Amino acid sequence: MHAAGLAALLSHWRRHPLQLATLILGLALATALWSGVQAINAEARASYDEAEAILGEARFGQLLPEEGDSLPQSRYVALRRAGWLVSPVVEGRVEIVGVTLRLIGIDPLTMPTGLAPEGEAIAGDLPGFLTGPGMILANPADAPRIGDRLKARIVASAGVPPGVAYTDIGVAQRLLSRDGEVSRLILLPDQPRGLPDLSAAAPGLALRTPEQGSDVSRLTGSFHLNLTAFGLLSFAVGLFIVHSAIGLAFEQRRPIFRTLRALGLPLQSLVLLFAAELTGFALVAGALGMALGYAIAAALLPDVAATLSGLYGAEVAGTLSLRPAWWAAGMAIALAGTALAGAGAMLKVIRLPLLAPAQPRAWARASQERLYLFAGGAAGLTLAAFAAWRYGEGLAAGFVLLGALLIAAALALPVVLHLALSFGQHRARGALAAWFWADTRQQLPGLSLALMALLLALAANIGVGTMVASFRLTFTGWLDQRLVSELYATARTDAEGARLRAFLEPRADAVLPIWHVEARVARLPAEIYGVIDHATYRETWPMLAALPGVWDRVAEGTGVLVNEQLALREGLAPGDPIALPEGWRADVAGIYSDYGNPIGQVVAGLPHLVARFPEIEKRRFGARIAPADVPGLARVLRDEFGLPAGNIVDRATVKRFSLQVFERTFTVTAALNVLTLAIAGFAILTSLLTLATIRQPQLAPVWALGLTRRRLAALELARALLLAALTIVAAVPVGLALAWVLLTVINVEAFGWRLPMHLFPGDWLRLGLLSLLAAALAALWPARRLARTPPADLLKLFASER
Amino acid sequence: MSDTALLAVEGLEKSYPGDAGPVAVLRGISFAMANGETVALTGESGSGKSTLLHIVGGLDTADAGTVRIGGADLGAMGDAGRARVRRERIGVVFQQFNLIPSLSAADNIAFQARLAGRHDPAWCAALAARLGLTDQLGKYPEQLSGGQQQRVAIGRALAPRPGLILADEPTGNLDEATGDAVLDLMLDLAAETGAALLLVTHSARLAARLGRRLHLERGRLG
Repeated sequence: MHAAGLAALLSHWRRHPLQLATLILGLALATALWSGVQAINAEARASYDEAEAILGEARFGQLLPEEGDSLPQSRYVALRRAGWLVSPVVEGRVEIVGVTLRLIGIDPLTMPTGLAPEGEAIAGDLPGFLTGPGMILANPADAPRIGDRLKARIVASAGVPPGVAYTDIGVAQRLLSRDGEVSRLILLPDQPRGLPDLSAAAPGLALRTPEQGSDVSRLTGSFHLNLTAFGLLSFAVGLFIVHSAIGLAFEQRRPIFRTLRALGLPLQSLVLLFAAELTGFALVAGALGMALGYAIAAALLPDVAATLSGLYGAEVAGTLSLRPAWWAAGMAIALAGTALAGAGAMLKVIRLPLLAPAQPRAWARASQERLYLFAGGAAGLTLAAFAAWRYGEGLAAGFVLLGALLIAAALALPVVLHLALSFGQHRARGALAAWFWADTRQQLPGLSLALMALLLALAANIGVGTMVASFRLTFTGWLDQRLVSELYATARTDAEGARLRAFLEPRADAVLPIWHVEARVARLPAEIYGVIDHATYRETWPMLAALPGVWDRVAEGTGVLVNEQLALREGLAPGDPIALPEGWRADVAGIYSDYGNPIGQVVAGLPHLVARFPEIEKRRFGARIAPADVPGLARVLRDEFGLPAGNIVDRATVKRFSLQVFERTFTVTAALNVLTLAIAGFAILTSLLTLATIRQPQLAPVWALGLTRRRLAALELARALLLAALTIVAAVPVGLALAWVLLTVINVEAFGWRLPMHLFPGDWLRLGLLSLLAAALAALWPARRLARTPPADLLKLFASER
Repeated sequence: MSDTALLAVEGLEKSYPGDAGPVAVLRGISFAMANGETVALTGESGSGKSTLLHIVGGLDTADAGTVRIGGADLGAMGDAGRARVRRERIGVVFQQFNLIPSLSAADNIAFQARLAGRHDPAWCAALAARLGLTDQLGKYPEQLSGGQQQRVAIGRALAPRPGLILADEPTGNLDEATGDAVLDLMLDLAAETGAALLLVTHSARLAARLGRRLHLERGRLG
């Protein structure tokens, strides 16, 4: 019985392959974008976790080579001899029978307690670890594959992450062919007193403070949340397609469901078979979507990695690995999405009266009746959005506001279009025009979901586009304000810095030291910069709010400037006191914009900063000179001081680099924008195609009354364009509202800075034309089919034997 | 009324809600049918013929009274029980054919038999031959004429060899000649399989060709 029933249900799809393709593709695309974004997020998070968890190094300070990826082992020896408690680490990748292993060499005798998770295993057999061929600790999954290829004793240890192996530093140097080289030095927390200056003892080494590593997840959290929100939006747009396809298929099969019931298939069995059918589709489309999602993620990951590196200094592997949890989550979301999209149809199957006559347009009529429900839902969600904005707090409230606003707009669209079409019908002159408007209104319920998807995609495009363009405009202007010096030079040591300053002073209009310390302000990592009292700052600094005589206060040391993100985070306003390290207390004299900086920043008078932090690195300077003199002075500096190219940078280069980082940051957003819009275009195509199959009874009488098929097809095309145009017009205010939320709520919560909103009507026009083109292309196929429908098919609609 | 009757209907009542209170459609209907008997159910439009047929076929339920098929009380059964009776003991021929558009003629004929777990390919082939459909078996309903579609529906109703065939104006959508031919086939096949036939019709001419006639007038048997 079940087999026959299932065969009857599935036979519908065999006869309607396009509809099946729509359903599968819609679900696959929805799953693809969602799972693609999740794959990127998972990869990035895994990279952070790997970086932080493997040796737990983030908890300790580290000394890294300023250039290259290794330092001579002699530097380690010198530091130890100078009394510094440091422990060497060498790291590299080895490939063993196709398996790439991250090999980490440590020195168990000098490493800090609790550094490696399997420290106990090492301590249990220290002689074995240090002597003979050596011991390699590997994950139980990797250990058998490595075998004896590394010519050392392999010990499986569950504490070792997959793809990683630990060994003694000597063994690692041998296996990696890096004799006498060290990757980095771990700085133990408790150092003896009275040690020589670290910068003098370890020149050429950069100190990474313990906090830096552990902050990566926090700093990048907002970025990933934004990606997730975009993935969710794309998924929702895709689900519109699936819902539309399932709903239309249900209406087409309504008579079949009744016949099956009438012929003796119990309701329970019918529901079961319907659920099994949907599950089957979800699994097939889910698998397809996962493959597509993997491809999308693989294509976007390098840009994401570059963004994260440029914006946050977070290193993410540029290649994607397949994670079982990702597959499982992707399939689960495909199943959940299908369940969500098919729930309505399933409910209708359950409630389907056995004897009601077949009503192929019942769905459309019922949808029309739901207009009031839509209007009510839109009003309710608008209120919810208002409440979230007015009373909510944090990023979550921002996303509630965003979600409620978008869904409210989507729900309101059919109501707005209905009103617009009614108005058109009311104003129409002539029978054909009146029919056109009335028929368009009648078609609205069938197209509503696709148009909602288009509205969401367009609003997202306008909103995100406005945000990015506003950001770009503001950022470019801000860069001009912040990058005041024409040339930036960085010395390698403080002594060289002093010579550099003396050299520059007679050759430049002004030499502005750019010295800073990293410290904790209000419990979180921050930077404190020192500035000299100079007209350059007074004239150009991008101040958002300030006390009168702000620069005098900074110069006197009674006041400091704080960046916008620190002020917003701590609720600081000009005039408020702020506690700084070393018992330093000052008032906030001004607040300035500091876009792109994820952490708090304080600007103080340079003498006051140096007085409190005498060990501050005095190496970086900005030189004010005529732009035409920049290349010459740069050349002289290179010749005179032998500074590497990276230590002498002109303003144009810094600006170009900053803008590059900026553009890469939004590459992924732009790609997701385009993909979401493409899905919305696909939703329109599929809706028009499926509607076309049930529209013949409405069109045949008009054809019979004297309209050519070609004219009918042209009217169908015009109808699609009209609806798309109305949707585009509706999407502009929604997109602007979205941009406003992004700029004034989400951005402030996520990044800590507020951006002014600029309008770009040219961009909307371009997007509108693109959308009209997409709608025209989507409508072209069904219109062409209609124009070529054989008259015999249309005649059948009037024949008694149909 | 005999306990051994194939179909026994006793005191059937049915009403539908109306603007001015419930509207009685069936008022105390009682009748019985024996195996192999052919009965025409006639009456004006709105007299309750289709409602009676639906209740007898287990597609609808009565407000009062009983319907027994082979001794089993349909009113005492749940949805699953009535569904089993429909697929195993009853063949229904609808006025609108109600074929499954995505299945071929051959699959439509075999469909109910498959549902009932009684598919007999030889019998289906023989039925198709008797119905003159041998050359049409690969076609889909939309490719068949109205007469051919109705013959497929008859084949589907007979394929599981049901004891009772219910036909709701099966010739209502067909011209007279085609309608006569379809009825001839139904009667012949019912006789060959020993199935009883309860046929709803407006036509006194067609009703006269069946063994017995029940006339329904304002919800009562006249």
